[in-house]
Amino acid sequence: MNQPCPLPTTARDIAPLALVSVSVEHRGQRLLSDLTLRIEGCQRTVVMGPNGAGKSLLMRLAHGLLAPSSGSVAWLGATPRQAMVFQRPVLLRRSALDNLTYALAVKGTPRHRRRGLALAALDHFGLANLAKRPARVLSGGEQQRLALARAWLLEPEVLFLDEPTSALDPAAIKAVEEAVIDFHRRGTRIVMTSHDLHQARRLADDVVLLNAGRLIEHTAAKTFFQAPRTAEARAFLKGERVW
Amino acid sequence: MHARVRPFAPLPALCLLSLALPPLAAADDSITLASTTSTENSGLFGELLPAFKAATGIQVNVVAVGTGQAFELARRGDADSLLVHDTAGEEAFVAEGYGTERADVMTNDFVIIGPGTDPARIRDAGTVADALSRIAEAEAPFASRGDDSGTHRAEQRLWESAGVMPGGEWYRELGSGMGPTLNTAAAMDAYTLADRATWVAFENPQNLELLFEGDEALFNQYGSILISAERHPHLQHDLAEQWHAWLISEAGQQAIADYTVNGQQLFFPNAAE
Amino acid sequence: MTGDPNAFHIALALVLNLDAALFDIVGLSLRVSLTAVTLAALIGLPMGAALVLWAFPGRGGVIVLLNALMGLPPVVAGLGVYLLLSRAGPLGQFGLLFTPSAMVVAQMLLILPIIAALTRQQVEELHGEYRDQLQSLGVSRLRMMPTLLWDARFGLITVLLAGFGRASAEVGAVMIVGGNIEGVTRVMTTAIVLETSKGNLPLALGLGLVLLGLVTLINAGAYLVGEFARRRLG
Repeated sequence: MNQPCPLPTTARDIAPLALVSVSVEHRGQRLLSDLTLRIEGCQRTVVMGPNGAGKSLLMRLAHGLLAPSSGSVAWLGATPRQAMVFQRPVLLRRSALDNLTYALAVKGTPRHRRRGLALAALDHFGLANLAKRPARVLSGGEQQRLALARAWLLEPEVLFLDEPTSALDPAAIKAVEEAVIDFHRRGTRIVMTSHDLHQARRLADDVVLLNAGRLIEHTAAKTFFQAPRTAEARAFLKGERVW
Repeated sequence: MHARVRPFAPLPALCLLSLALPPLAAADDSITLASTTSTENSGLFGELLPAFKAATGIQVNVVAVGTGQAFELARRGDADSLLVHDTAGEEAFVAEGYGTERADVMTNDFVIIGPGTDPARIRDAGTVADALSRIAEAEAPFASRGDDSGTHRAEQRLWESAGVMPGGEWYRELGSGMGPTLNTAAAMDAYTLADRATWVAFENPQNLELLFEGDEALFNQYGSILISAERHPHLQHDLAEQWHAWLISEAGQQAIADYTVNGQQLFFPNAAE
Repeated sequence: MTGDPNAFHIALALVLNLDAALFDIVGLSLRVSLTAVTLAALIGLPMGAALVLWAFPGRGGVIVLLNALMGLPPVVAGLGVYLLLSRAGPLGQFGLLFTPSAMVVAQMLLILPIIAALTRQQVEELHGEYRDQLQSLGVSRLRMMPTLLWDARFGLITVLLAGFGRASAEVGAVMIVGGNIEGVTRVMTTAIVLETSKGNLPLALGLGLVLLGLVTLINAGAYLVGEFARRRLG
């Protein structure tokens, strides 16, 4: 399952992410229980499961925004550069361009290089003519592309996307999926959640299926869609609710 | 293309501007005079201070408070000079060592103000003691300053000499300056003791009238006090001495005599006496 | 006598005649209150943001105290500053009592709790929205402070206006520490008190109307800037 990174220039090892017996509790409720999972290589992992399965929680844990109640979340090696794209993009109350230069400033890019890089990223994501527009008045699709452009500038080795297309129209969904492929081609490991089976078929190299805070199955996408190992996975693929 | 909107750009500049303005401090050649609201409200300082400044170049900053607070300011070293009207208190202040010299400056007198209907019939009273007794007997509303000011202290001495311990529903201690007390007395048709200067300059009398005046017991002496340089060496003693000397000089005394409101002289210089 | 010279006419006449004394008083009022707001903002904005970003023992106590101090009576603040600045007090040697600087200090103390407490509320709301994203970008807490303050700027304008309103309207503190000295520390509110005590109620009310008009103008200006920016920047 450990697929090498596609481009020779970036074909170096990105440390695997290992979750061991991870549980998350909140106000006495178990939201994730005893989850053990390893994500490695340069593949596109799609996390699936019904609402409330714990997909977003898993992303926040993996990205380090949340500490587990028990168990461990660790990179086996040097912590890679990461970025995350949220379901509802969080953009600062400034222009599209300023949102990008802000991220570059935080990253430590020298001041004189920020503007050029930011403009190039806007151009790359088809936002060049919106550079000076306030970010928060852009359409949903434009906002999500801006969030992707911001992630692009951070040159992440691992990119997390949490339901990045669930609030978008078909054209915007297509743009986001193309961007994901773009990132992957550049040598970025992709970890994204989705509840859209068709999207998962289009993008996934391997699939993680969660239900009710438990790991049901982690298999290569081909296997998952053609011959799922568990009864839950088969039911999920048929759109049935067996649990 | 959308123009860049920067509505907040001028803000920092404005803030800096307000800080960069010349320092907010009083002029160097100035003294702080603690005095009473009666002198301030009557407008006397409007006449005296420009004349003094023309003569010496010294600016006098008047902080007008009750006599009690004026003494306290001076005790703490927050005023360069005192001009108040409570002779007993002034002498105590000097005796305690806070003041070095006290001089009579001028007099005015207290008057009893009350509603024109005069329910206690004090208009034909023979003495101020008689007038106050009638008010107490009739239990007619009386508004007292109640703020430990010179006027309040004088009022308390007058009740004492009338043999009355004022109290009860009709006797209202306001804890206010002279002007607010007159405003309140006007609003509730009450009697009150006021200094003539404030009364004559007062512009909201409504039904109030001057009902009793002229008794020698209503005599009101103003004194100027120099503050001890030993206790408060930081004060502007040189300038304060010039002010003190000018007040009791011929020029100062004349300026006091010249001040009139509606053609009526309010303060009578008596330094030479 | 009180009813005859209408307060509106007096207010209008004061403004139209460009009364020099009035302009001095208005100018001093504005300078004192704007300086107090500026200084209180320099301290209160970072303070409010810091209370959101850093958890430390006793933070809850600080927040409760700030909220309580929003209701501090101006006279009490004035008395405290008086005792500090009085010659017999700890800061007496600077000779600030009965100067506009003393009034600035008193007003600043009055509005600092307002600005800090309301800033905390505004920033906390925004922080809830931004926290994950900023943390994901690797923004340090120290750096989050200016980011959050800048992005909360529309709400913070209202906060500063609330501070300015309280500063320019209060009389108890500036009366005690300023002394209402003509031409030196007399501001709109203390002038109104003085005219009231002289029984010149129409003039007092006229001055009150001028003050009200001034505060209204400033608020209207800030409102327009805020609305315009809000619409353009989303």
